[in-house]
Amino acid sequence: MDFFLSRYRHLTVLLIVITAQLVLIAYQVKTNKDIPLIRVWAVTAVTPVETGLELVRRYTWGFVEDYFVLLHVRGQNERLLRENGQLKIENNYLKAELSTADRARALSVFQTRSPSRTVAARVIGNGTGANSKVVFVDRGSTSGVESGMAVVTPDGIVGKVVEAYPTASLVMLITDPTFAAGVVSQKNRVHGTLKGQGHAECLVDYVQNEEHVDIGEWFYTSGDDRIFPKGFPVGQVTASPNGKSFKEIYISPSGMQGGVEEVLIVLQGVHQEVPGGEVASPSYNILAAPAETASQTPQGAPKPGSLATDADRLRAIYKDVGVEQKHTYGEGPPGTKPPDFTRIPSIHGVPAPGSVPPNAAAQQPSAGRPAAAKPAPAPAPGQAQSGQVQPNQAQPNPVQPGQLKPVPPKPPAPVTAKPKPAPPDPDNGVDDPGASPVRRPVAPPAVPSPATNQ
Amino acid sequence: MTEYTERLLSESPRKEAADRFRIVWLVVIPLIAVLSQVYVPRFIPFLAYLELPLLITVHFALTSAGPIPALFYGMSIGLVQDSLSHQPIGMYGIVKTLVGYFAASVSMRFDVQNPVVTFILAFFFYFFHQFFYWVLSRALLGEALGFDAQQTVIFGLLNAAVALPLFRVLDKLKVAS
Repeated sequence: MDFFLSRYRHLTVLLIVITAQLVLIAYQVKTNKDIPLIRVWAVTAVTPVETGLELVRRYTWGFVEDYFVLLHVRGQNERLLRENGQLKIENNYLKAELSTADRARALSVFQTRSPSRTVAARVIGNGTGANSKVVFVDRGSTSGVESGMAVVTPDGIVGKVVEAYPTASLVMLITDPTFAAGVVSQKNRVHGTLKGQGHAECLVDYVQNEEHVDIGEWFYTSGDDRIFPKGFPVGQVTASPNGKSFKEIYISPSGMQGGVEEVLIVLQGVHQEVPGGEVASPSYNILAAPAETASQTPQGAPKPGSLATDADRLRAIYKDVGVEQKHTYGEGPPGTKPPDFTRIPSIHGVPAPGSVPPNAAAQQPSAGRPAAAKPAPAPAPGQAQSGQVQPNQAQPNPVQPGQLKPVPPKPPAPVTAKPKPAPPDPDNGVDDPGASPVRRPVAPPAVPSPATNQ
Repeated sequence: MTEYTERLLSESPRKEAADRFRIVWLVVIPLIAVLSQVYVPRFIPFLAYLELPLLITVHFALTSAGPIPALFYGMSIGLVQDSLSHQPIGMYGIVKTLVGYFAASVSMRFDVQNPVVTFILAFFFYFFHQFFYWVLSRALLGEALGFDAQQTVIFGLLNAAVALPLFRVLDKLKVAS
């Protein structure tokens, strides 16, 4: 045994060491237990050194690495800034393209639905001049554009063509200080004149201080100017304080919100109805129908269907005087003795000095009440409800709705004598429910204009 | 027997300086090797193939006075490696014990100062180390690990290439000490 150990000492030690480690492994595997002591020693010996190495690395190589990283970051930052700028430019370009496509689609839809004949145009440049608000559009006389045509967008009016060249036109925007157009408010139908101010807002002038205009109320074109068809939106009221003699109504043009890119030039305009709105000041006094009693009927009042106006009655009186005095009007040379007009009765039933023919008295029209204040048995053309006319609305619209171009004289509407005025509708105060949805005392008859452009 | 063979089988000059290799380096160098194995791949992952503890074991065995110190040296380094791994303690210990023993036995016969012999020995012991560890894992632990011989050969060549300058540096360190 000693011989074996001395001869194979190295191999014996190797076998012992290997066997010991095999037993150690077998023990760990068999018992599923670890040898914590060896691991603790090893870890305790290694980890402090590892921690020190990590600290050294952090404050030496890490510092250098951070320096190079920062150098790289600086270059990367510059590269990212360049890329960011390029992406911004690309993004803005794509947004502009998308917005252009949206506007073009809106224009196309509006052009299809609008009764007016229009042509689409694109703004290609601004006019010179610091205060002038004019732009050039890419449609000219070759496209049918003429000077004085309206320029609109689906959102509202934009301006009017002031010069038409073959391939382009010069459009004066509504913000130009020399621009003017007729407008009407949505709720109370207050008429005014739109004037440009040289800045973003426009002024509606010539509106009495007594008129009621709300903040946020819409104004539409009235068609008075014979340029813009009636019914196009203009803008919303932003301020309406009372001025010295007229209200100072400022509106924000709706057609120029966000700039003007694509527009429509109205080649042939068609009036449209101003969208109805809520009546802001229901201050109309609808008079009740007069009671037709014998006591209230003035003496000599014409029967329904007979003479209607004072002129007719005066003419009838003159005729009776001529018959009584055997005088034929229009005959005899100049200087012939005229009838004795001092013997004619008063038109209002007051007997003239002298005798009054009984038949003349019988034919006297109503007296003691102003003609305009009493209900007319037969309304005159265009004045169906004379008894409901307010002073500020008694003047008829100088331009008949439904026409832009000069039209031939309108044939008089047939006088339809009403035997009895219908009682006013207490809800809307309008006798003719089909005349207008808005409580407007003076309701112009809806006569289609022969010059209406489709 | 030729002159070259006689020179290969002659006494290695490393043996003469072995006693001068201070105990400090015997502790510090394996510790650095183990640390580099667990620390460097965190930042340089491709250096995980480098088996510095094995190369240190081989170098010590080749320069040691006999197989017994070499096998104990290998066993110590292997147990430290086992302690820092999730395997049962003793796997690397057995393998590196065998490596130390055989390397020390080979160094008795060959002139390990020759770079070619050093390269071949480093490659052989790396392959032996990986293969025997795989055998032990399958036999003792029952782990169905695969053995990629091609990859092991490549890594063995890389470790052998690293062993040449490393052994040179360790030799100079030994002489300086």
